Amino acid sequence: MEILNALVLLANFVLIPAISYGSQLALGALGITLIYGILRFSHFAHGDVMAFGTMLVILVTWALQSAGVSIDPLPTALLALPIGIIGTAILLLGTDRVVYRFYRKVRAAPIVVVMASLGVMFVVNGLVRFVIGPNDQNFADGARFLFTVREFRNYTGLDEGLGIRYSQMITVAITALVVAALFWFLNRTRTGKSMRAYSDNEDLALLSGINPERVVTVTWLVVAVLVTVAGTLYGLDKSFKPFTYFQLLLPMFAAAILGGLGNPLGALAGAFVIALSEVGVTYAFRKFFQYLLPESLEPNSLMQLLSTDYKFAVSFVLLVLVLLFRPTGLFKGQSV
Amino acid sequence: MSEHPVTPDPEAVLIGDAMTGGYGAADILHDCTIAVDKGQIAVIVGPNGAGKSTAMKAVFGMLNLRKGQVRLNGEDITSLSPQDRVAKGMGFVPQTRNIFPSMTVQENLEMGAFIRGDDYRETMEQIYHLFPILRDKRNQAAGELSGGQRQQVAVGRALMTKPSVLMLDEPTAGVSPIVMDELFDRIIEIARTGISILMVEQNARQALEIAHKGYVLVQGANRFTDTGQALLADPEVRRSFLGG
Repeated sequence: MEILNALVLLANFVLIPAISYGSQLALGALGITLIYGILRFSHFAHGDVMAFGTMLVILVTWALQSAGVSIDPLPTALLALPIGIIGTAILLLGTDRVVYRFYRKVRAAPIVVVMASLGVMFVVNGLVRFVIGPNDQNFADGARFLFTVREFRNYTGLDEGLGIRYSQMITVAITALVVAALFWFLNRTRTGKSMRAYSDNEDLALLSGINPERVVTVTWLVVAVLVTVAGTLYGLDKSFKPFTYFQLLLPMFAAAILGGLGNPLGALAGAFVIALSEVGVTYAFRKFFQYLLPESLEPNSLMQLLSTDYKFAVSFVLLVLVLLFRPTGLFKGQSV
Repeated sequence: MSEHPVTPDPEAVLIGDAMTGGYGAADILHDCTIAVDKGQIAVIVGPNGAGKSTAMKAVFGMLNLRKGQVRLNGEDITSLSPQDRVAKGMGFVPQTRNIFPSMTVQENLEMGAFIRGDDYRETMEQIYHLFPILRDKRNQAAGELSGGQRQQVAVGRALMTKPSVLMLDEPTAGVSPIVMDELFDRIIEIARTGISILMVEQNARQALEIAHKGYVLVQGANRFTDTGQALLADPEVRRSFLGG
């Protein structure tokens, strides 16, 4: 009984939040890794483009809500998602046309393109704040809980409870769907394979008749889907605030680098490692140990390694460790 | 014997005629002529820095020519990009980075056929027949294969477009002598199917043994041109370029 309580406690406060957070990071990290593999630069505007896509989804959601459209118990935002994706695709293709294509043509050093993307980041950042403001926005509707902590306790008779929110379930389900579709696309279709070929060996891809501009366009389209979905899921699960999205840049990059830049499977694994570490390191394990240890050994402290205020330090530490000891990442990726 | 003008067989499949040019202001090639007949093997040999690879790159359009012409099956292709030359029937295997390492062997071949709109399964079958080891390893990442096997993948990829000319830039660089012999056997086999072969080789003696035609370049110009056997028998060629 004690062990069960401990496990339920851990699942409720660490495992389930980490899995849904990890899924959101994974979608973001996949975008970063694809851009790195194919366009060969670190896309610093990723977090803010994510905020832009989510902002579009929120605006459309509000319009739908005021028009009385609803798909209860699912959130209305899911209906707005396609429009958000289209808008984000236009933004990404537009910036590619105006900014990145020039640097590609002159074969600029990657660091130059990274700095350009930093500029794009500031512009998009300003754009989002200008349109929707810097504050928290609430756009989640539909049912909140699949089952609550109390329902779980009453049903199982345990002391500890486990609640699962709709947003968490939707996050995991949609992430699984999107990731499966992405891997199918990359591994089974002609266009997807040509993207991998281009990422592997640009010169040989050109020799084989693969059109680089087409590969780049398709990459941005895929990235538009990934970031908009990631941002919307994060917003539904937590809340939307432009600054938070900018901050997500760090864990997303940490995940992509941890897994091995340019390697999609690595980005996926890296995201869950980062999420689990971030949630695990900042969780107070006292209650968990109270269930498991005899009374004499019970801890007096909170058993919390880091305050939640420092959660970003976790990504940083992991990032530094990987760069020091395994620069190509856990899976085989390109070295940074 | 110094530089001499080479008159290519007008019937040749591929002719780089009197090519002059280089990467920058200075010319590397001087009036250099290279030609391959149908189903034959032509080898470019010469000392380091003789412009062997440059001559091949010039034929493939990776270099701007100031003078001269490249003709494929009688058509002037001097102004075409390398990609367009592939579409016209030239296959090129670069010396390094000639595979897609993270993709499987089969996917490498599929990418070779990227510009083909038709069914390429028969061509792939022929390549698997030519290089049986590739069939066994078709689902393995090409980057995980041995040096010799990678070269087979690289050659296979270039053959997927069904080229009329296959160009190989030092195909045996960095492989063991046994693997080298095997690769040369395969190259002879490819030539027998009617595909012309033009290759640059460091291992001059072995390459000339299988060559129908050999071009000895020195400082970007033709020095000796003859059949492979005749060059091997020529005492001056032996002394200067084959180490006695």
